[in-house]
Formats: sequence, structure tokens, C-alpha cells
Amino acid sequence: MKPGNILTLVILLGLVALLVLVPQLVGSRVVERIATALAVSLVLVVGLQTFTGNSGILSFAHIGFMGIGAYASAVLTIPVQMRGMALPDLYGVLAGIQVTPTVGIVLGGAVAALVAAAVAYPLMRLSDAPAVITSFALLVVIYTVLQHWSAVTNGPRTLFGLPKATTLPLTAAIAAVVIVVALAFKESRTGLLLRASRDDERAAAALGAGIPALRWRAFILSALIAGIGGALWGHFVTSFSPKAFYLKETFVILGMLVIGGMNTVTGAVIGTFLIALLFEGLRALETALNASGAFADQVVGVTEIVLALAMMAVMFLRPGGLFAATEIGPLILRRFTRRAPP
Amino acid sequence: MQTLLQFTIDVLSLGGAYALMALGLVIVYGILKLVNFAYGELIMVAGYGLFLMNGSGLPWLVMAAVAVLLAVVTGVLTEYAAFRPVRAKSVTAVLITSFAFSTILQNAALLFISPRPRNVPLPDLFSQTVAFGGILIPARNLITIVASIGLLLLFAFLMKRTVLGIAMRAAATQFRMARMLGVPANLIISTAFAISGFFAGVVSLLWIGRIGSVTPGVGLEPLLVAFIATVIGGMRSLQGAVLGGFLLAFINTALNYLLTQDLLQFRDAFTFTLVILILLWRPEGLIRGPATGQRT
Repeated sequence: MKPGNILTLVILLGLVALLVLVPQLVGSRVVERIATALAVSLVLVVGLQTFTGNSGILSFAHIGFMGIGAYASAVLTIPVQMRGMALPDLYGVLAGIQVTPTVGIVLGGAVAALVAAAVAYPLMRLSDAPAVITSFALLVVIYTVLQHWSAVTNGPRTLFGLPKATTLPLTAAIAAVVIVVALAFKESRTGLLLRASRDDERAAAALGAGIPALRWRAFILSALIAGIGGALWGHFVTSFSPKAFYLKETFVILGMLVIGGMNTVTGAVIGTFLIALLFEGLRALETALNASGAFADQVVGVTEIVLALAMMAVMFLRPGGLFAATEIGPLILRRFTRRAPP
Repeated sequence: MQTLLQFTIDVLSLGGAYALMALGLVIVYGILKLVNFAYGELIMVAGYGLFLMNGSGLPWLVMAAVAVLLAVVTGVLTEYAAFRPVRAKSVTAVLITSFAFSTILQNAALLFISPRPRNVPLPDLFSQTVAFGGILIPARNLITIVASIGLLLLFAFLMKRTVLGIAMRAAATQFRMARMLGVPANLIISTAFAISGFFAGVVSLLWIGRIGSVTPGVGLEPLLVAFIATVIGGMRSLQGAVLGGFLLAFINTALNYLLTQDLLQFRDAFTFTLVILILLWRPEGLIRGPATGQRT
């Protein structure tokens, strides 16, 4: 492993450790909730980076796989006594199975990965805009299924009764693992070939890279992480409806990745931190505005507008995001060596 | 026989609207190779235009014209706000700015108007039905068929016979070469966005004529339809967009007739699965357009 990569890992994992330590020191429940939500976003954004960053194809379907993971874990972990109430029409085979939330989270990821493996291969043959558009269509398909498959998802209504299992240390630990996996995948043979295909599809194909298969692997990995992230989120909020896994959430996750820089894991991590904190600030502002009664109607949507403006500003000024091509470790080392006398 | 007639009219009216939606998206994509995620919001803007003019006492046709004009202006505005600054940069950057711009417009509607549906004024003709060949046909379906066929013919004439159309097709084939031969790039691009806005405005009248009200998210379904139709038809071909629109309408209508009520709620899932199968067979879409284009 190169020293630059080690430094990157140390810095990023240090940030995650900080995320656990700060709420401990402050000792506030609210801060801990914000930190946990941030850690879940971290899992989701870094998961998206493994596919989008290495292949160069924006995937809108990511949040769909988050939803699949959340629902899969919910169906398996809602206590059997409560299940008759939460999911009255559940199939007999599933109705009797109950696993602990930790197993549920892992299985949620596995189900999402299996679905991705089954549906995604034909889509991986597409590049550029058609690839993005079909991933958008895939998101709609997953959303439609989640919203209408009443037996398993309770339809468009809220599904409740998930055991609260997502703690800050658990989420942060998973986020740390995901960061390590994402960095390792980026440097792996598959990751390297995939990045070659991102930079020049024809040249990579001419050198023998089987692009659809490479993208497929990255997509499955990304769906696995998304499923885990979704299950974590489900056990964090404990009740949700399919609406949670649609365009609004997609926009936030995409915004985090794009502003940070989608080609690097550093970008994904830093982007998540920046946007999550910005969001908390704006949300507090929105609540304060609504509480003060300065406006006749509820103020909604300001947060999204600000995020959208930030995304556009970053795209105009730095189209690759804050960390466009190089991880933070090599970046610092380069600065350091350049200063040293020759 | 009656079922067949009913089916044909359903396919033609839905397909006409779909084809117009797809054409508005592909006219921009063909020239600039960029996907306009804010396209659905042009439809929304025209819808809110109608809503805001409700009760102004103007004749409906004037209101409709103003609404379409509003979509055209917003289309051109989209180009200035979201595309011109990043045109020379990566495809992804353009995708993201358009997605962001679409979010801004949608949330502005949420913030300044309302999240709830708003009724728009429609002429009585839209709710009348016509008896024909033993079946009842909503007049708005016939209006859609006539309007879409008329517009498609007009558009074909514009693209084939006028200097502007020829210049636009040249720019879609080889942007740099077209510029060297004196085609003004910015004018062509603005025109493409204006035409796109015009189609969105007309689609808005026809589409909202079906639903009767406008919400901030009203543009999502037309956008999705346009996306899928253009991907099936071939992203860079105008004929492909029209073909894709009608084919998608055929699939949707056929599923409406074939599926039972239980399965019908999953119709979108079935449609998109079929689309994935078509792409498995022909990744480039049914009709191949001109070779790759550049944007600068």
C-alpha cells in the first residue's frame, strides 16, 4: 500500500472517529442523533461513490436499493407479535421468521445486492446519458413496487414497528468499513480497469476490459452498501413509507457526492460532512422561521433550493467537485514534498 | 371491432402526447448531447401560468398562448442559468446542473404557491365526449391527436425545409464543422431550448387537460415518459423520439387492456421491464442518429 493511501485512510477514519467522539464529549442527545444520521449518509454516499465514481455513470437507482434494504430488514426484524398489525397480509413463510437487527441489516444489504445483480446487467451495457436515464427508470420501478406490494411493504402507508437498533458506534463502525472497502475497491484490479473505462471507454475496451461485467460488479457492491445503509436508516427512524426512498433523498445523496467530488472517496466523505452540517443549519433556520410566524404559510423547500444553488455553484467553478481527482493523502504528501528542498 | 377502434384512438392520443414530450427533450439532446432534467418543470411552469391567470377573464386561447410562451421563456432561461456556464465541461456536470435547476423550480413552486394541487381553467370542450362508430371518445383525446399530428408535420417541415432547421440538423451532426461554416452556435442552442419549451408548453395544455390540476411534481411523469421514449427510439434521432413515444403509448395502452386490476398498479414496473428488454436487444435504441456530437 502506498503511503498516500495510508494517509488518506488515516484522515478519513479519523473524521469518522471524531464523529463518534464529539457527541460523547458534548453529551447531547440531539447532537448524537445528528451524528448518527450523518454516519448513515456517509454509508450511502460512499456506497454510491463505489459505482458512480469509478464508472463515471450517475446512478439514480441507488436510493431504490436503499429502500429495498430497509424493507427487507424490516420484514425480517419486526417482532412476530407485532407483525400481524404492521403487515397483516405477509406471506406465511416470512411471517414466522424473526432475526436480530444486526442479521437483518446484513440480510437487507444482501437482498439489495441480489436484486441489483438480477436486474442491472443489461443496463450496464449503456453509457453516458442513456445509462443515467435508465437508472432513473429503475428508481421509478423500485418505487412503484415498494408502493404497491402491500403484502410486504404495507403499501404507500407508513410501516412501523422496527426495533431501534442503530446506535452511533455501530453506524460509525460500518461507515469506517465501507470507507476501507471503497478505497480498496478503487485500487483493486476491477476498480482500476473501471476507472480506465471511465476516462476513455474505447481505449479501455481495446485493451481488453470487459466493461459491462466490470460495471456490473461495481453496481452490485454499491447496491450492497446501499442496502446496508437503508437497513441502518430503517432501524434508526423505526417507521417509514416508500416516499422516503425517492427523488428528494436521491437529490440530497447526489448533492453530497457531487459537491465533494465523485471521483474520490475523500470527496464523498467531505461532501457528506459539509452538506449534512449545512442541512442541519438550514433546517433549524426553516423551523425558526415557521415558529416565528413571519410568513402566513409554512416555509418549505428553502433547504433544497440552497443545496441546488450550492451544487450549481460547485459545477460552475469546479466541475469535478472539491476533490476532483486525487485523494486527500497524496494531495497532502505532494504539497509536503514540493516544499522540501530538492 | 369497437374495442379495436377504441384501442387505436387510445394509442394515437396517448402516443401523440408522448411523441411531443419526447421530441421536446430530444431536440436539445440531439444538438447539445445533454439531458435536460428541468424539462418536466417547463410543463409545470406552463401549468402554473394557466392557474395564475384563472379568473383574469381572458379568453382561454389567449391564456393558453401566454402559458406556452411562459414555457418557452423558461426554456431559454434554463439554457442561460444551467447550461451555458458548464456547456464545455463534462456530461455529468451538465446533468447535475439541470437536476439542480429542476429542484429549484419545483421547490420555488412549493414555497411560493402551494404543495397542494391547484385547479387550472379549461374550456368546456375538454370535458365533452364525441360518439363515433358506436363508442364514446373524450373530445380531448381527439384534440390531442389532431394537435400532435399537426405539430409533428409542422416540425418536420421546419427541420427539412427552412434555413434554421437545416442549420440545426447540421449542428446536431457536426457541431464544430457547422460553426466553421458560419452557423451561430449560441443562436442554434437558444432556439433548440425555445422549441423544447414550446413543445413542453403544448404538452402541458394537453396533459393538464387530462388531469385538470397542477402540482409542483406534475412534470415528473411527462419527463419520465420522454426519457424512456427517447431511449427506446434512439437518443440522437428525432424520428426515433416520435417512434419511441408511440411505441411506449402502445405498450402502456396494451397493458391497460390486458392486465387485471391487481397487476395494473404495477403497470410502470412492467413497462420499464419491457424497456430494459428492448435495450438488451438494441442498446443504441431503435433508430440510430448521426454519429457523436460535440458541444463547443
